Amino acid sequence: MAARQETVARVASIDVDAYKYGFSTDIESEKAPKGLNEDIVRFISAKKSEPQWLTDWRLEAYRRWLTMTEPRWARVHYPRIDFQDLYYYSAPKSTPGPKLLEDVDPELLRTYEKLGIPLREQEILAGVETRRVAVDAVFDSVSVATTFKAELAKAGVIFCPISEAVQTHPELMRKYLGSVVPATDNFYATLNSAVFSDGSFVYVPKGVRCPMELSTYFRINERNTGQFERTLIIADEGSYVSYLEGCTAPKRDENQLHAAVVELVALDDAEIKYSTVQNWYPGDSEGRGGIYNFVTKRGDCRGRNSHISWTQVETGSAITWKYPSCILRGDGSQGEFYSIAVSNGYQQVDSGTKMLHLGKNTKSRIISKGISAGRSQNTYRGQVSAHRKADGARNFTQCDSLLIGPNCGAHTVPYIESKNLSAQFEHEATTSKISEDQLFYAMQRGLTAEEATALIVNGFVRDVLQQLPMEFAVEAQKLISISLEGSVG
Amino acid sequence: MLEIKDLHVSVANREILKGLTLSVKAGEVAAIMGPNGTGKSTLSYVIAGREGYEATKGEVRLSGENILELDPAERAAKGIFLAFQYPVEIPGVATMTFLKAALNAQRRARGEPELQTPEFMKRVKEAAASLGIAQDMLRRPLNAGFSGGEKKRMEILQMALLQPRLAILDETDSGLDIDALRVVADGVNALRAPERAFVVITHYQRLLEYIRPDTVHVMAQGRIMRSGGPELALELEQRGYQDYIAQEAA
Repeated sequence: MAARQETVARVASIDVDAYKYGFSTDIESEKAPKGLNEDIVRFISAKKSEPQWLTDWRLEAYRRWLTMTEPRWARVHYPRIDFQDLYYYSAPKSTPGPKLLEDVDPELLRTYEKLGIPLREQEILAGVETRRVAVDAVFDSVSVATTFKAELAKAGVIFCPISEAVQTHPELMRKYLGSVVPATDNFYATLNSAVFSDGSFVYVPKGVRCPMELSTYFRINERNTGQFERTLIIADEGSYVSYLEGCTAPKRDENQLHAAVVELVALDDAEIKYSTVQNWYPGDSEGRGGIYNFVTKRGDCRGRNSHISWTQVETGSAITWKYPSCILRGDGSQGEFYSIAVSNGYQQVDSGTKMLHLGKNTKSRIISKGISAGRSQNTYRGQVSAHRKADGARNFTQCDSLLIGPNCGAHTVPYIESKNLSAQFEHEATTSKISEDQLFYAMQRGLTAEEATALIVNGFVRDVLQQLPMEFAVEAQKLISISLEGSVG
Repeated sequence: MLEIKDLHVSVANREILKGLTLSVKAGEVAAIMGPNGTGKSTLSYVIAGREGYEATKGEVRLSGENILELDPAERAAKGIFLAFQYPVEIPGVATMTFLKAALNAQRRARGEPELQTPEFMKRVKEAAASLGIAQDMLRRPLNAGFSGGEKKRMEILQMALLQPRLAILDETDSGLDIDALRVVADGVNALRAPERAFVVITHYQRLLEYIRPDTVHVMAQGRIMRSGGPELALELEQRGYQDYIAQEAA
């Protein structure tokens, strides 16, 4: 009859021990030698047949990185990472570069099938009434398949691996790469700049509304391999694009490093909606293994009335360190951040956003929902600032934390700075527990402990789930239920 | 319907109920009255199965079945309903969603088919109308920001919807003004039926003017000290509980 203990125990056991994506794929891979030095950087650049300017850009970043120290201000704890003990490049052997879907190793396709990610266009086309989503799949260091390329090209949308964009659209790459997150930005972003392997590139031309959702699935497979993908999305004047990324990794006893960079550029009147469903392996019930997710994501509302919105559902990773941010540069631009961060087991989350108001009449909105269970620690860290010229800047922040069980923690660290008297910033924060009162009340009405917990959690995250593209909202809701509940969907 | 024999209950290692015996028949409304801190709420929790309220001795039977080993949801499915003294807020969960989830969870547990939305809506709307609950309130998150009176009416609405066999009302009158009290009492009276039993826990005689009990039990020091008819409530109103407290001191 110790219903609550049971729930807590179940919650503690599920996510970590029953990680659904924990299988690994047995596939031959080509790796660069372990460790990091200028030769490795040159090796990666050469593998991708990159032009000299990019090789130089990487080397400059690498040299800069050598002078930097790891950030320690986040509320996360982990042993020092030995950066010489990692592989910085790993590619499935059969895939020297992006190619046609038919040429992709069937073992890889099976991996993506197991993950529930449709890469075969025919199958998607055959699927009745399914809304189509173009997918780019990144396996360890390289992109293995991009679907619906031809159809997107008809609309003028470029969606391809970033390594391919270097070759096919050098002018866009030179203009925008590092223009939002400079190579010198921070320890992990700088490391990424030196060794980034692949990722997605999107360009939506003037006035085009991208005809389908774009999506990238990232998969870390290799042992001791860091994944450093880089995504660059440019929405030209008056265009619109909605993009979703999903992430999974096998169960490994050791920790794996994932240090990605995402740059978004929205020009005049453009809108980018970027959604993430992050479900990297979180480690086992003792806190062994799991991904270190140290990611720099930033959007630049460069044009007038541009609009960038980040939505994230974070359930995985041993440690999450990410702050998808918006630079509200264009007058009248808008930034949004909607987040659900679920932590369980021994997971540590330090995540949030920055809204930097530079232009006039810029608006931002932050809704963050943290759910902590098990022995996890979940921190919201957010910055909202108004430049002295940012007349009429507005922000609304709502930051809610929910605790499940007695051994977890939730923390809220807001930084608010205003150099303009006309700026109006609002901040609301709550911390609550799924209390024994709530559980008992719901159970007294007939709900089982699991049903009661699911209901309460769903109520808690509802306004953020509504921001996700519909089909992903369902997926995300399921993911949250799996992370916290077990059998209850 | 409800048989409690020599029930001892400890909460956090402190014995609160000390050999309580009580019997309530089907169709009966039993009032339990007593001073503060005497274990009235503990009694309601232990019948409903709240964790941390463990019976160390004695038994609680519902229609002959020992229920002490069942969890709260199982007891609810067997027809035990507790109207809370302090109804709990569940933010973000629309009242309607909660009611439907609860009703269908009970139906599933009893092997009955789930109620489809149109039929469910019809029942809720009828019950809400009779209790003066606005439609708009059903769309709001359960109990969140409701006034004290609204919360208590919502408890009665749930009772009407779930149609329990045994309903326990824990100080449902506390915090209600006279109009709200009348609405709540009317709601309860409408549910009185030969197959249903009520245990009405209250501090004051006032509620019993609206919900006429068949039996009145005086509870003090973790036991039922005296049982009688409705006249006992009036006597208590005049004399207070001093006799029963003094008894302990002696």
